[in-house]
Amino acid sequence: MSALATPALETQMLCKAFGALTVADDINFRLEQGARHALIGPNGAGKTTFVNMLTGALPSSSGRIFMNGEDITTMSQAARTQRGLGRTFQITSLFRSLPALDNVAMGIAEREGVALRMWKPASGYSAIRDEAMSHLEKMGLRDEALTVVRDLPYGKQRLIEIAIALGLKPKALLLDEPAAGVPSIESGRILDVLAELPKDIAILIIEHDMELVFRFAERITVLVQGAVLTEGAPDQIANDQRVRDVYLGEGGHD
Amino acid sequence: MMHSGGYARGSRIGVLEILPWLVAIAAFFLLPEYLSLGARILIFILFTLSLDLILGYAGIITLGHSVFLGLGAYTAGILSVKAGIHDPFLQLIAGAAIGAGFGAITGAVVLRTKDLTQLMLTLAIAAIMMEVGNKANWLTGGADGLPGVQVNPLFGVFEFDFIGKTGYVYCLVVLFIVWFFVRRMVYSPFGAMLTGIRENTARMHALGAPVYKRLLVVYTISAGIAGIAGVLLTQTTQSVGLNVLSFEIAGDVLVMLILGGVGRIYGAFVGPTVYLIAHDELAKQFPEYWSFGVGFLLLIVVFFARGGILGLIDKISARVRKS
Repeated sequence: MSALATPALETQMLCKAFGALTVADDINFRLEQGARHALIGPNGAGKTTFVNMLTGALPSSSGRIFMNGEDITTMSQAARTQRGLGRTFQITSLFRSLPALDNVAMGIAEREGVALRMWKPASGYSAIRDEAMSHLEKMGLRDEALTVVRDLPYGKQRLIEIAIALGLKPKALLLDEPAAGVPSIESGRILDVLAELPKDIAILIIEHDMELVFRFAERITVLVQGAVLTEGAPDQIANDQRVRDVYLGEGGHD
Repeated sequence: MMHSGGYARGSRIGVLEILPWLVAIAAFFLLPEYLSLGARILIFILFTLSLDLILGYAGIITLGHSVFLGLGAYTAGILSVKAGIHDPFLQLIAGAAIGAGFGAITGAVVLRTKDLTQLMLTLAIAAIMMEVGNKANWLTGGADGLPGVQVNPLFGVFEFDFIGKTGYVYCLVVLFIVWFFVRRMVYSPFGAMLTGIRENTARMHALGAPVYKRLLVVYTISAGIAGIAGVLLTQTTQSVGLNVLSFEIAGDVLVMLILGGVGRIYGAFVGPTVYLIAHDELAKQFPEYWSFGVGFLLLIVVFFARGGILGLIDKISARVRKS
């Protein structure tokens, strides 16, 4: 990947402070096109805050954010999503009383701009249904499509999170701990799914599971106390003494 | 299953959905002496349905929905008494437009807030409009209201009579038409999207939905429907008074919806029917204590049937099917 190409996402001197507490400190970051990039750091390093600023869920205090070269710093969350920025949530955020199919279809309807149509029944939009179904099939959830989400095991709910994000056809996708809280039997399935994600989507993954990070990521950024400690290829990071001290040494790698 | 609609489920009209209409038609022939109460029930079904759209589907909390009913009611009254316009359909259209217009204006403010703030704002707007209605004597007749509203015969043929036959059928037809549109809306992608906002607003934002604008659309539609209900109220009673703007009506409609079952269209049919008949019977039997009876009814629902009467029926039928 050429360093000169316009990155999928870029931040310049991005800051966030809650009163005297600085949770993001001059973050300069590039997510290249089609990248497999991981953001790691100890608890409270400000990883989720950073993601929330990227998506627009949280306004930044200062600094700028670019998406494919366009300044999106002050853009609403909805506008960023419409430009191709997708995310999954660290804590599962689904429509719990709706079937899995509806959870995915809802996003596709937004992408296709049909959500204001009031006449034809939703179930009659077969293109949307079929596409939602195909995303669920990719997650191995074909048989669960009509099950109400709250009745599904947590691992499958995590997969629906990813299916929803894919339904938005994102150019850049932020995965906030996709395997968090999932028992190891089920997390294998999530790893397989991640490995099969389309290559043209730039992916930033936040993850505590180091095995997953080192298998998935081609580039790793380490965040400590809201600031970038270092960035590099996985073997560089694994051998970096500072990273070992602040993070890996604390029992993350087993 | 609490709500209907969405992408996964079909949208065919079920047998049970025809039932309310059969009951309404049967009542016309079997209970001719109750037609004015019947018309009142039909009007409140329409009003409750408009509330269900914003509360049950979109999750907007309001204690000021009476404003839109009141605006519709006064629009019809003022058109007839002050402007001499007695055409029933013109009054209907005007009432819907004024209700919707005011819904769009107040919604633009109210929908920027959430929860308790939202509730207080709707309450404040209702209180202001009540006072406007009270003080604008030259237009609204103040505390005396506007008696002597005239409505031309429907299609020049059917007079609004004292027994209320015309009024009943007219209300039933208007309700049917609005129900048909609301039902389509609830089953459409728009309805699914509203459910999404109620279920998980943060997720809707992340899906790229401009939530505030969407809420404004449904709030405006709901206010328009409430306006229609207000017009019908004036037309069938041939007068309009301050009570249509009262906090009591805003509370009543909320109680009716909760009683019937929130977020399922037909809760808006069951609630007002039970509430107004109970109200009527209790007022006859215990003229001094009837509100105690209504309160007791609500307590029972809140303690034992959180999903309202329809929720309770769901539970019972599920248990019967199991055994």
